[in-house]
Amino acid sequence: MSLSQSTVGNVTTAIRLEQLCRHYRMGESVIRAVDGVNLTVAAGEFVALLGSSGSGKSSVLNLVAGLDRPTSGDVIVHDKNLAKLRREELARYRLQTVGMVFQSFNLIPSMTVAENVELPMRFAEVERSRRDALAREALTRVGLQSRMNHRPSELSGGEQQRAALARALINRPQLLLADEPTGNLDSRTGTEIMNMVREFNRQLGMTVVMVTHERALAERYAQRLIFLADGKLIGDEANAAVVGNAPGEEKRA
Amino acid sequence: MKLPDLTELALRNLRESMLRNSLTTIGISVGVASLVAMLSLGIGLQQLASRRLMKSGLFDTVVVTSRRDLRNFNREEERNGPAPGESRVLDEGTRREIEHLPNVLEAYPDIRFITELRYDDKPHLTMISALPESAKTNDAFDTMPGHFFSSDNAPEVILQKTFAEELAGKKPGPGLDETDVKQLAAQLLGKELTMRYAQRESPTAVPPMAPPPNHAGSAGESSDDRGEDQSLPGASYSVVSRELKLKIVGLADLDPESMRGPTRARVFLPLKLAERLHVMQPTDLRELSRPAGDQPIYSSLSVRVKNPGQVQIVEDAIKKMGFNTFSILDASRSIQQFFKVLDVFLGIFGSLALAVAFIGIVNTLVMAILERRREIGIMKAIGASDIDVKKLFFAEAGAMGILGGVVGVALGWAIGQVINLGTNIYLKAQSFPPEHFWAVPWWLVAFAILFSFLVSLAAGLYPASRAARLDPVQALRYE
Repeated sequence: MSLSQSTVGNVTTAIRLEQLCRHYRMGESVIRAVDGVNLTVAAGEFVALLGSSGSGKSSVLNLVAGLDRPTSGDVIVHDKNLAKLRREELARYRLQTVGMVFQSFNLIPSMTVAENVELPMRFAEVERSRRDALAREALTRVGLQSRMNHRPSELSGGEQQRAALARALINRPQLLLADEPTGNLDSRTGTEIMNMVREFNRQLGMTVVMVTHERALAERYAQRLIFLADGKLIGDEANAAVVGNAPGEEKRA
Repeated sequence: MKLPDLTELALRNLRESMLRNSLTTIGISVGVASLVAMLSLGIGLQQLASRRLMKSGLFDTVVVTSRRDLRNFNREEERNGPAPGESRVLDEGTRREIEHLPNVLEAYPDIRFITELRYDDKPHLTMISALPESAKTNDAFDTMPGHFFSSDNAPEVILQKTFAEELAGKKPGPGLDETDVKQLAAQLLGKELTMRYAQRESPTAVPPMAPPPNHAGSAGESSDDRGEDQSLPGASYSVVSRELKLKIVGLADLDPESMRGPTRARVFLPLKLAERLHVMQPTDLRELSRPAGDQPIYSSLSVRVKNPGQVQIVEDAIKKMGFNTFSILDASRSIQQFFKVLDVFLGIFGSLALAVAFIGIVNTLVMAILERRREIGIMKAIGASDIDVKKLFFAEAGAMGILGGVVGVALGWAIGQVINLGTNIYLKAQSFPPEHFWAVPWWLVAFAILFSFLVSLAAGLYPASRAARLDPVQALRYE
């Protein structure tokens, strides 16, 4: 499908994957990590990508994040076809449109929490005073205002993931992409983090795509469950429990 | 990313691997120090040579002769310009004209004659020349025993060492040319010489033995006299033998006229005094047939230029006026060329250490990429562009370069001071005067730091582009 069709499409569409393929060459063999995936995610939706290890869910997430380029097919996010962006444009897309949270937190160990959180704004060339204010605001939102000047190694896993969430939020992105965000956390802390993610989804209207292999977690928070196996989309279910239970759900398209 | 942010991040990253980055920076410092040491030696030696040569007065002097004078220094020039017979003469007018050229300090006539000097009732024949007041600063006179002429009119004389030896009857044997100047000075300073010379005198002559200090107007009179000479050819002047007592006031060890070769003088008189003596000059015979004129004619003029760099400009201007010129510029050019080549060689040797430092920087930064692979991946994931990553590595390389450059310059300067001090102690022990053959001019400081910065940036080129190309997915997977 061409880009022109996607622009006349539903304005509330956040992500559209069309015949998306990502193949890796490993020696003689070709690994089809993503193999002809078609998917549409509405703006403000909370989607979980489920599948076993090696099913291609993280590869799809990396393609949506603009960290990787498809071998073929299109990734259209808010009417931008990522497959056709230049490297610099892709970097700007990551900076402005995407916030990412990883399983292993991925904070820079040599920087304090506040410095980690404001780092994206350095790349966006935001003035220092404004940076400081926004970092403080984001850290307050995740309850880390008292740990701003600590190094990541001085924080617990949950706190580190909260700091990572604050960093993902700082540029007010339209997409929050989470790759196994609770994978390294105990269940109580995991719940805490997931509640925050749901809060951002509802209050800030962010589209959330979460990769997980825990079906129970997905069913508890995501409105929609997408199943992948061997790089192919094998199931797409609406999660009635979340749609039915979540207050204010109706106001989003 | 903005420059202050970039610098801050770069310095933070450098601090994170303090030991490794310090060692790399020390490597750069040693490289810069060796470069600075080598170049400042080259510059210092050049300055020393220039100082010596400039003081000799050779390099800022242009000798001007008329094309009428067929004993010219430079035969080649005769092919160009007017034929000798039609060319201009060197008179007071042209002297003033030359003096008014830009960059000219002064122009004075070259009065030079061979005559007899009597000392202790013995005759000595030698070349005598006149010196202007400005010659005082000449290297040959500023350290000599005795003093320079007390005035430009004083009946005083300075002897060159070889002539003093002749007067004192001390002929050094072959291979033994070192007579002690101080000993000669003690023997000769303050003594009187009698100069016998041929005065060109007009029929209405001024008193011959009236050295001009007491007769301020005599120069004007004699010019008029000469005018009469010219208007009455044949009976215009007579040549009278005169005597003048001169007091020996100085004894020059060095030869201030080494450029003049066989015509160099061994006895020097003050210029004004010499002008007023109207000693017969070789050119006077020819001037006998010259059409009427009322000014003295000079065989040659010495023109002092503000600095040696302007000699060529002044020479060209004088040649345009229709005169022949001679300067030792060509010789000075080849000396400059020699030092340029020396500087290049010293610079190359000095740069070798910096080349080693270059490899050190590349190594350090490549190691940093391996160590910070994940960090680079994170930065890219949260929005850093390739250019941001590249700039960050450049900034780290540049910071090491500047830091290494500053420390290196200080180190190089210190090495220079120590060697200078050591050499001067040695020179003193050998009873030579101390010398400054080490110079670290400001431009060298700036150049060394800039060079170190640029070399470091060049060293950062490969690591930076490698870091920028890093695939974020791979980098984030890396543990």
